[in-house]
Amino acid sequence: MSRPSPEVLAKLTPVLTKRWLTPDAWDIDVYEQLDGYAALRKALKYTPDEVISFMKESGHRGRGGAGFPTGVKWSFVPKEDGKPHYLVVNADEGEPGTCKDLPLMMNDPHSLIEGMIIACWALHSQKAFIYIRGEAVHAARRLRNAVAQAKQRGYLGKNILNSGMDLDIVVHSGAGAYICGEETALLDSLEGFRGQPRLRPPFPAAAGLYAQPTNINNVGTIASVPHIVLGGADWWKSLGSENAAGTMIYSLSGRVKNPGQYECGMGITLRELLELAGGMEDGHDLKFFTPGGSSTPVLTADHQDVPLDFDNVAKAGSILGTTALMIYSDADSPVYCAYRWVKFYAHESCGKCTPCREGNYWLTRLYKRILSGQGTYEDLDTLLDASENINGRAFCALGDGAAACVTSSIQHFKQDYIDLIEGHRRPLLDATDLVGAH
Amino acid sequence: MSYSEEVREQAREIIARYPEGRQRSALLPMLHLVQSVDGYVTPEGIAFCAETIGITKAQVAAVSTFYTMYKREATGDFLVSVCTNTLCDVMGGQRAFDALSEYLEVGDNETTPDGKITLEHAECLAACDYAPVMTVNYEFYDKTDPDAAVALAKSLQNDERPRPTRGARLCTLKELSKQLAGWDEDRPGAVGDTASGDASLAGARLAAEAGVTAGTPDPETPLIKKEDAS
Repeated sequence: MSRPSPEVLAKLTPVLTKRWLTPDAWDIDVYEQLDGYAALRKALKYTPDEVISFMKESGHRGRGGAGFPTGVKWSFVPKEDGKPHYLVVNADEGEPGTCKDLPLMMNDPHSLIEGMIIACWALHSQKAFIYIRGEAVHAARRLRNAVAQAKQRGYLGKNILNSGMDLDIVVHSGAGAYICGEETALLDSLEGFRGQPRLRPPFPAAAGLYAQPTNINNVGTIASVPHIVLGGADWWKSLGSENAAGTMIYSLSGRVKNPGQYECGMGITLRELLELAGGMEDGHDLKFFTPGGSSTPVLTADHQDVPLDFDNVAKAGSILGTTALMIYSDADSPVYCAYRWVKFYAHESCGKCTPCREGNYWLTRLYKRILSGQGTYEDLDTLLDASENINGRAFCALGDGAAACVTSSIQHFKQDYIDLIEGHRRPLLDATDLVGAH
Repeated sequence: MSYSEEVREQAREIIARYPEGRQRSALLPMLHLVQSVDGYVTPEGIAFCAETIGITKAQVAAVSTFYTMYKREATGDFLVSVCTNTLCDVMGGQRAFDALSEYLEVGDNETTPDGKITLEHAECLAACDYAPVMTVNYEFYDKTDPDAAVALAKSLQNDERPRPTRGARLCTLKELSKQLAGWDEDRPGAVGDTASGDASLAGARLAAEAGVTAGTPDPETPLIKKEDAS
């Protein structure tokens, strides 16, 4: 295997991942030896408002997909309103391709807990929740252990480090529903209901959990906070690119030699990431990839030099999302992949909004017809028409994600669809269950 | 109703985690709790949740049927889930699922007649860098293939509990459900069981070998400049 060049190696910037190589860094004794809870002591020397100003100054943006500025989000929670404020960490990682938060919580759970305590100081919150995906049992185990250890050391509980602050953290396991990663569906689920998105406004900052002011952040967003507090705003900004401060864990999966987590400054390109990951798997040529999970429009081999930050990926017609780069090669059919994603969205649609519930069902049927060699040219128009009627017409972005994989795959790979329709390519599905679909 | 005083006390403990008057938040963990007793969500379990929280059985059932981890029929000691979402599928996950289905002679969400193994296809398990992945009681067996998947199933049938590639040593699904209901891991050493594989550490190792860091900023750097300080 060829070694990455020194220039590309220099783009690695281990911050969130820096403790992962240390044995037992999940344990509080080891964590404390590695600067653990130093950022909390530092942050408590400043007022909550000062911490929020600092977070704004740092340019830190949310790591859950939308990229909203964290300090600005925190400032939306009203001050001195006499109501309980809640912090909810969204650890419901389940977007296909996305696999950065689980290893973080497994390897360095205390960084999330410490970030949460600092956030709660800034937000005047005395109760915080980690809503973790049910299936993520090992990460939940380490988080529960971390919460218990932090409590024992006085980082949680009453009058934390003599600051006058009280805080209790509950680790709440979900039960298997992708939609609960959508923040308002998550709130409904945490309140003990079916996870279905809410209409906004009101936004969670005004009326979130139990209709009280609530701030919801992704795991990576909060786990970055202790590092930013220790290193300072200028350092954090120096690690990223314009409008995209700091580092990001890029998750490479699929047809690459060494799939895995590569933490780099914002703005690295796929070409550079592939060099870090040892290149494509032997016998595979890059055909398409998702920049940030299945909900982000696919990009092609022509997009290898797009800097992977918020603005540049948007300019290329996609979304940075969760920097989950699923790499597909010429061995993979973009039509089949779009079908499988749409099937996923149809399965996970919560059923609240008609365009998403019905549209995904019919998209799946159309794909089956095309993939079984019975498609027509008209099916292509119907796919696009149905996608257009899903996109932007539901309460949440789940439907948009489904539409994105359909429209982007047709945009870039129309010939693959036509080859199946015209019979130049052998069918990838059999049509036995299509009776009545015509 | 058949739940012991111990389970009732556990239900009260769950409710106490949430703010006063917000006991409905206890519903998801309580459904995990009844699964830790019964192995699935039984009509008695639904009634118990409804009575304890003070909502109707219909309200509980509406929630329990929404989430895939709440099972409607008796489930095996070992829930074997194979990811067949797009990336795992093209990397061989569907083939592994098909091989298991043929070997165990059960379909999706079905249990072997001896009550040991339930097979299910899973949507993305957030471990794409180890694709194709499968889990047993949600602990990871990474980079699987049809042969490895069937070998694992055979071990489970023989009462062996092979160690996951990532995750803690196996217990039964009922035992695990207690943790899902919010209790700490109480098996000595299990919290420390392997959580990382090569893929998780790929970037960190490259950086360490090359001596690349993100710099060593001064931890005393003030958060805000003095003139801004209030």
